[in-house]
Amino acid sequence: MTGTTSAAPTGGSPVHRLGAGPKLVALCLCSLALLGVHGPLGAGVAVVGVVALHALARLGPRVLWAHVRPLRWVVVCLLAVQWWLLGPVEAVVLSTRLVALVALAGLVTATTATQDVLDTLEHALRPGRRWGVDPERVALVLALTLRSVPVLADLAARVRDAQRARGREADVRAFAVPLVVGSLRRADALGEALRARGLDD
Amino acid sequence: MSEIVLDDVHVRREGRHVLRGVSVRLTERRVAVIGANGSGKSTLARLLNGLVTPTSGRVLVDGLDVRRHGRAVRRRVGFVFTDPDAQIVMPTVAEDVAFSLRGSGLSRAQVRDRVAAELARHGLADHADHPAHLLSGGQKQLLALSSVLVTAPDLVVADEPTTLLDLRNTRLIADRLAALEQQVVLVTHDLDLVDGYDRVLVVDEGRVVVDDVPAVAVPAYRTLMAAPVR
Repeated sequence: MTGTTSAAPTGGSPVHRLGAGPKLVALCLCSLALLGVHGPLGAGVAVVGVVALHALARLGPRVLWAHVRPLRWVVVCLLAVQWWLLGPVEAVVLSTRLVALVALAGLVTATTATQDVLDTLEHALRPGRRWGVDPERVALVLALTLRSVPVLADLAARVRDAQRARGREADVRAFAVPLVVGSLRRADALGEALRARGLDD
Repeated sequence: MSEIVLDDVHVRREGRHVLRGVSVRLTERRVAVIGANGSGKSTLARLLNGLVTPTSGRVLVDGLDVRRHGRAVRRRVGFVFTDPDAQIVMPTVAEDVAFSLRGSGLSRAQVRDRVAAELARHGLADHADHPAHLLSGGQKQLLALSSVLVTAPDLVVADEPTTLLDLRNTRLIADRLAALEQQVVLVTHDLDLVDGYDRVLVVDEGRVVVDDVPAVAVPAYRTLMAAPVR
């Protein structure tokens, strides 16, 4: 969970120093470029590029692995299905594209402070005011979401432990009900905290 | 010191009569509220910043009615919750403290300086850019306290701030609260914490049953709790 909410480590690499705005734009452009990759050569270039960018950011292979690790089962399934439908070359190219995309997104998250991303989004959404979008509110909701991920993960772990302690490992309801109730409680507490801290409406 | 006035306050919530006619005037620097689970002491704490409004009666903080001026009252009253995870709303430590200064009219640089100073005061400077969920329980409560104090409230209300903490962190948080310049209203189960407080209210079944110095109120509470449940 650390990867999703970490602030930028105080890394002095050029990738860290680049502003959140340019990085997000670059991420968009790279994603578009990746969609255009169809051959093994392009896929190879993408892999080299991703590895090189991680090296430039002084992030080791372990960080790179941590970014793409959550994908491992998805990739296995995808690879199998595509192999069967499209053949080995196409399957490897398409899977590589996906992994490269996620690795790049991970790179941006790991080298950018959450606050910078939120500020950039807030800035970018400002023209939306005309259509009733409140950029500050959108940024706040995103921040609250990021904060809630580890809190809810903790809650899920506690519920699972309690379930195990009572010998009900396989019972989906024994897991889901306390998790939902706990999440709603947490939402109430969050509302109360926001009010107490001066966010009234 | 602020003046807190509760005037014949009743609170009914979901059919329960949580507070049954509480009238007190609090001007002391250190006020503690003790009582059993479900006695109404948390509700009493939440009245002081308008998170709960009285069903009947009035609550005034420095003359401001919390029902009508909830917002203004909350600016004066900092509130520390039992569970810091409920209170910490931003992903990282410094961001959470900075969140308290939203809309304060300070420049970015001023906010950054204030946040840094507050974190340094509580020994959290090295954690400024860390994700809040990686802090220990004690550090999380320190962060919650920092986020409250950065706005320089006149009054700090703490609702069982040490219940989830171990002995060392309980001492730590209690010492921080004791060292504050501000007026403090501390709701607690930990009777050791109220030593040195100016005034202790014992709440039982929605009423203030004892209102005295710790040396009198704490023994009275122990006697009350030792009595058979009615």
